[in-house]
Amino acid sequence: MYRSNGAFRVTALCVGIAVLYLPILVLIGYSFNASPLVSVWGGFSTVWYAQLLQHRSLLDAALLSLRIAFTASSAAVVLGTLAAIALVRFSRFPGRFLLTGMVTAPLVMPEVITGITQLLLFVSQLQTFSWPHRGFLTIVLAHVTFCIAYVTVTVRSRLQSADRSLEEAAMDLGAGPTRAFIEITLPLIAPAILASWLLSFTLSLDDLVISSFVAGPATNTLPMLIYSKVRLGISPVINALASIIIAIIGTCVIAAGWLMRRADQRRELEMREAERANAAPAPPGGGEPPPLALRSPS
Amino acid sequence: MKRSLNPWRWLIILPPLLFLLIFFLVPFFYTLKISFADSVIRIPPFTDIFARTASHHLRLTLSLASYRRLLTDHLYALAYLYSLRLALCSTLICLALGYPIAYAIARSRRSTQNILLLIIILPFWTSFLLRVYALEAIIANGGLLNTVLLRLGLISHPLVIMYTDLAMYIGIVYSYLPFMVLPLFATLEKLDPTLLEAAADLGSPPWRAFLDVTLPLSVPGIVAGSMLVFIPAVGEFVIPSLLGGPGNLMIGRVLWDEFFSNHDWPTASVVAIAFLVLLVAPIAIYQHISGRQIEG
Repeated sequence: MYRSNGAFRVTALCVGIAVLYLPILVLIGYSFNASPLVSVWGGFSTVWYAQLLQHRSLLDAALLSLRIAFTASSAAVVLGTLAAIALVRFSRFPGRFLLTGMVTAPLVMPEVITGITQLLLFVSQLQTFSWPHRGFLTIVLAHVTFCIAYVTVTVRSRLQSADRSLEEAAMDLGAGPTRAFIEITLPLIAPAILASWLLSFTLSLDDLVISSFVAGPATNTLPMLIYSKVRLGISPVINALASIIIAIIGTCVIAAGWLMRRADQRRELEMREAERANAAPAPPGGGEPPPLALRSPS
Repeated sequence: MKRSLNPWRWLIILPPLLFLLIFFLVPFFYTLKISFADSVIRIPPFTDIFARTASHHLRLTLSLASYRRLLTDHLYALAYLYSLRLALCSTLICLALGYPIAYAIARSRRSTQNILLLIIILPFWTSFLLRVYALEAIIANGGLLNTVLLRLGLISHPLVIMYTDLAMYIGIVYSYLPFMVLPLFATLEKLDPTLLEAAADLGSPPWRAFLDVTLPLSVPGIVAGSMLVFIPAVGEFVIPSLLGGPGNLMIGRVLWDEFFSNHDWPTASVVAIAFLVLLVAPIAIYQHISGRQIEG
């Protein structure tokens, strides 16, 4: 490590973190403000949280959004993982170029464009095949499309860094390629799959623009309802709702991150110990075998 | 060298490929088709471009009315330029703010790095819509910033930030900052510290070493981060509609209004296609070419 300016570093980090977190903290603070005006502090109160429970439409919309997010992220994880496997493991196949483009493009495509094009697809298909009617299904299909991109990017990088020699070793020991993949590589990429499910879930839960296009007139997701309420200014009930959502998501992400890091560290430790045990010369005169060495059938 | 393609492989390749074809690529062809239709008042609000004539021939009617509108109505050209300018400036501000942050994280200890990265990523996980809304409580006329400044006596009238371009800059920079920091961090972290030591040994002062070594080597991160901020920012809808002025010309908002308020689907399709051709396509081609140069 070489010398670097400590004061500058700390300042940059503090400014950055303050910029990112101040608005969220202010929002949470205001959700406990008894006064509905942001300019007046009316004392601590949970009145807006109590009011939240009486908003039937908000609760219905929240439930619908959760159902959409669960369905869409689960489907996206399956399709996105398959795409990642295809792109990493099969070096040449017809459509590879197309698939590469289609899993990266949604990451940068402006949502308004994706929303319009998908709505036009659904409307045209409804005209031709009388299916699908706009609502739950069309929102799920649209969300799966952009979630696949995030899943593929995440799983792909993990799969690329996964050690293939382990899988090859399993195949040398007689496991078929499918079994070797399921027993060796799948556990290795499981953290990435879990992370991308969580990411898809939160992205789907948050999506306003694409949902607004493909939802149809009768369906209202939570972000659509929130948007229609906050477009006209600050709403204390939404402050309370936002605080709850941010608290739940924040807790889940931190917990998942912590669990994944621990699992990774444990796996790394086991691998290192196994390696050390294998590399160490056999102790003369039959000493105790190292604790994590692979036991050979004697 | 050609390995036989195992038919089982298609079980892995086909589901995502077909899904994305149908729900991502095909929609663009529908959009292209509808861009040649005329706007009419019915459901759906556009004419069929294919029609069967009395003698059972298929007749193709292409209307260029929407394309003509795009070219003659200055609103759209203005909206493009306005959106490009706003997105470009916000990207530069993001870069100026994000570079020191990424640099500071990259120069931290390994264990600190992970925690700092989590802190930077966490807001990205929480709701985008709610974070934009959260800004309102700070910059509104009766918001926290004005209340504090008025109480301190630093200003006598509340600053008008809300519903101006400045509010949109703040919104974009605040929302997209993590997208700038992460790719920058990824390249800065890979930077070989011995290069800087070598520069120092050869007599470069730190700022010179930064300009000659660090900055040129972090160009890939700068490009990647700028793309991730610039492209979505040009088409941004939530920020201009919540924080921007009522008449702001961000293209995402214009498109939205064309669709939901004017119900002019063909014009919206043309605007979307022009947007794609003028913005996304050049960037995709550029990335493809530069990607190829790196690979080969």
